[in-house]
Amino acid sequence: METLSSLLPPLLKGARVTAELALASTVLGAVMAFAAGIGKLSRFWPARVLSILYVEIFRGTSLLVQMFWLYYALPLLGVSLGATFAGILALGLNIGAYGAEVVRGAILAVPRGQYEASVALNFSRRYTLWNVVLPQAVVEMMPPFGNLVVQNLKDTALVSLITLSDLTFRAQSLRNFTLETVPIYSLTLVLYFAMALVLMFGMRWLERSLARRVGVAAARARS
Amino acid sequence: MTATPPSGTVRHDEASRADALARAEPMVRFEKVRKSFGSLTVLRDLDFTVKAGEKVAIIGPSGSGKTTILRVLMTLVKPDGGKVFVGEEPLWHREVDGKVRPASQQQLRRVRNRIGMVFQHFNLFPNMSVLRNVTEAPIHVKGVARSEAERRGKELLDMVGLGDKLKAFPAQLSGGQKQRVAIARALAMDPDLMLFDEVTSALDPELVGEVLGILRTLAHETNMTMLIVTHEMGFARDVSDRVVFFDAGRVAEEGPPSKIFSDPENPRTQSFLKAVLEH
Repeated sequence: METLSSLLPPLLKGARVTAELALASTVLGAVMAFAAGIGKLSRFWPARVLSILYVEIFRGTSLLVQMFWLYYALPLLGVSLGATFAGILALGLNIGAYGAEVVRGAILAVPRGQYEASVALNFSRRYTLWNVVLPQAVVEMMPPFGNLVVQNLKDTALVSLITLSDLTFRAQSLRNFTLETVPIYSLTLVLYFAMALVLMFGMRWLERSLARRVGVAAARARS
Repeated sequence: MTATPPSGTVRHDEASRADALARAEPMVRFEKVRKSFGSLTVLRDLDFTVKAGEKVAIIGPSGSGKTTILRVLMTLVKPDGGKVFVGEEPLWHREVDGKVRPASQQQLRRVRNRIGMVFQHFNLFPNMSVLRNVTEAPIHVKGVARSEAERRGKELLDMVGLGDKLKAFPAQLSGGQKQRVAIARALAMDPDLMLFDEVTSALDPELVGEVLGILRTLAHETNMTMLIVTHEMGFARDVSDRVVFFDAGRVAEEGPPSKIFSDPENPRTQSFLKAVLEH
């Protein structure tokens, strides 16, 4: 018990950094996911090309290497980002690339009749996207988004390799210092799991409240 | 169904009505319109005219192209060739220095504003209340003030018997109620031309009557031009000025309902009606 109480405070400090990184990169990821997911379905080919390039590059390369590139390589090309920013950028762009596919899939899953009714009522394409399509699609996005958000939380452990003192980094330095390997890594697992649980419940709550707001019962009935 | 239907005039007896229609301007004109889906030709050089105020029932076997006529008019399906006019205005093309060009977006939007459509599967917006389904297009497309759009929306929903469902969501309604909301939604845009695409085909049999009742009222009490694709032959006979039997991408036979239903000339019409009416 004594070891636990002395190990916990430094680990919690790390957990806080992890949580902040996860949160910031998730927000960035959500923005990128919508931008690229909608971009892939755009009428304008430059928007489509840009979105496809972004998604394929970030899905097709290692997140760790992306992080190294942003933190170690980019400064040599004259742009220094700082470890926190580089970490958030790599994580956010990565989860955004996967999220773009979710956004695109959910938009395509909105029944064709909804688009046809929108044409018949002469809605503009923009109006149709924001008021008819996205409110229905966003509910469908929530379960796969939930997976991505938890995946992203776990991926934050990689930032320990670009010098950030996140939970994993703290665990490692604590182990080097105390050699209490088993309690340290067990505690670390528990802390990651606790954060993942919070995220899972958060996403489920978000899904339910969105579903209520946009009348998803109706969407499911495909009225 | 006490509130006032969209626009004016009551129908007179058949002879004077036929007279009036003969003098009316055309509302819809198809000239040699072609459309194929892959190897399936659904419109073969179709020539077809509908007069302003006319109620036309389009009948025929499935896959004969009936629905495609409506979808071409609603700009949901682009024809492969030929010309379509709504009123005097071309729908899918424009002529620039004597050359035929595709219609501009502005032109499509302008012509589309004159047309309303009711779909087989209702296509209500599930994320909007009943009232919002009806008011959204007048407000955001036509720029009608919200208060005015809501007043009119309530009036139309009263007319279709759903004045007590303003705040309900589509998922809470029966099929017949959904379709009545869809009719009110289309009427809210005050179209000159209404397209009805098998609007009772997806309904349980006991709900068909409530929807047909509203269509009857619209047909008899408004001057809207109505194009009705339907399998309800009794209804087609009641409401239409003209019945068009469509087969294999062209008009096989057309005429007043009394003629088409009691004395069809084309053998295809005869066998189709025989098959349908025996059911």
